[in-house]
Amino acid sequence: MNLKRYQEVILKPLIDENPITLQILGICSALAVTNNLTVTLVMCVAVISVISFSNLFISLIRNYIPSSIRIIVQMTIIASLVIVVDELLKAYDYETSKRLSVFVGLIITNCIVMGRAEAFAMKEKPLLSFFDGLGNGIGYSLILIGVAFIRELFGAGTLFGIDVMPEWYMGNNLLLLPPSSFIIIGLFIWLIRSFKPAQLEEDDYDVSIHSTAPNLTKRDLNA
Amino acid sequence: MNESVLKTIGVAFSVCLVCSLIVSISAVSLRDLQNENKLNDRRIKVLEVADIKIETDQTIAEQFSKLEQKFVDFDTGQLMDEYKNFKIDDYDPIIATKDKNLSSKVPQSDDIAIIKNRENVGKIFILRDDKGNIDKLILPIRGYGLWGTLFGYIAIEGDFNTVSGITYYEHKETPGLGAEVDNEDWRKSWIGKKIYQGDEVTLSVIKGKVSNDDPSKLYKIDGLSGATITGRGVTNMISYWFGNSGYGKLLEELDYES
Repeated sequence: MNLKRYQEVILKPLIDENPITLQILGICSALAVTNNLTVTLVMCVAVISVISFSNLFISLIRNYIPSSIRIIVQMTIIASLVIVVDELLKAYDYETSKRLSVFVGLIITNCIVMGRAEAFAMKEKPLLSFFDGLGNGIGYSLILIGVAFIRELFGAGTLFGIDVMPEWYMGNNLLLLPPSSFIIIGLFIWLIRSFKPAQLEEDDYDVSIHSTAPNLTKRDLNA
Repeated sequence: MNESVLKTIGVAFSVCLVCSLIVSISAVSLRDLQNENKLNDRRIKVLEVADIKIETDQTIAEQFSKLEQKFVDFDTGQLMDEYKNFKIDDYDPIIATKDKNLSSKVPQSDDIAIIKNRENVGKIFILRDDKGNIDKLILPIRGYGLWGTLFGYIAIEGDFNTVSGITYYEHKETPGLGAEVDNEDWRKSWIGKKIYQGDEVTLSVIKGKVSNDDPSKLYKIDGLSGATITGRGVTNMISYWFGNSGYGKLLEELDYES
């Protein structure tokens, strides 16, 4: 047991390698289910359990999966887990499951789940994979909860459905609509990258100097 | 060795077998709880449309027992306590529409709400006042909107003409447009409206707003902007279910009796 490795797979996805802000995965559900904290929390628990267990099971049988059918085997396991989670929600939290509607089923297509299975669980030991799933799930949840907090507080003036804003506060309806999460996630990415410059991506191309322009260096142009 | 055809088929087969076992076990073992949730959800809708405040310290089933459930024969307009071997709690008219012996095809000329099959016997809910007179009737209604069938309940008062509430528990209308049938303000605008003018079902969802000095404003509901077809569907649904092939005969009978 290499404790340091375990610590790493749990802590790294929280900020340093966050699946949403660094890898820009799982955006679909981040837009759809973040206008109410209760719904978001349930969604987060669902995603965390699906990622962790799919990683665990896939890692358990990783040495037996023929590479020609590995993707479909992963999908089968992930889909079964999602159905189980969906059934559990319908049985024990019907109200929320109605509000989440198709988005529980859509966890199957959440790129984070598939991504971790393919990138991590196919290579690493079961327990380590489980914790990697846990870490990535929590990283995903952190961003979702942050977005939901802002959207519900300023959009509806409530938190967990309870009024918290003063009487005169008028809810900002834009925040209740899905596009607002794009803006909020964008701001999060900006915030994280200004503290962690290592996450900045390189320019895809060099800004070239216009042939007739005065002889400026690249630094002048960026300034 | 992992790549041989036999092994590939073997792995695929065993993964499928284990996964399907897990899925079916969870589905079967949780079914009862899920059905109960669905039933409670419908019951909450009925209680809401009857304007009965839902107490948190009582179970939904207890509160639901304030309402009397009756079978209603659409052909004769009679209320019945018994129908075949059905227990009234378990009878689901929507399921009955799928059984040829329990339902009949609605003739196309008559089928304005596009419901295709109508159950022969429906189920309604009655709220009585202290003296035992009918205070409210809660009637299930359904009909086609834009994308699919809307299922809901409408509550009418003891004069069998005044609407006291409407709600939909299932529909597929466009969020933000047709799905505004769930909007509380719009649903409130139904309260106090009249269904019949003379013997005609007159109540309808119009286009635009009902003006305050319109002499027939009691028979008109504000349209939902951007949801003309959903509105038309709702109007058709009212016309059908309060017409002669719907609850028309029942209401006539009840009116006669009182």
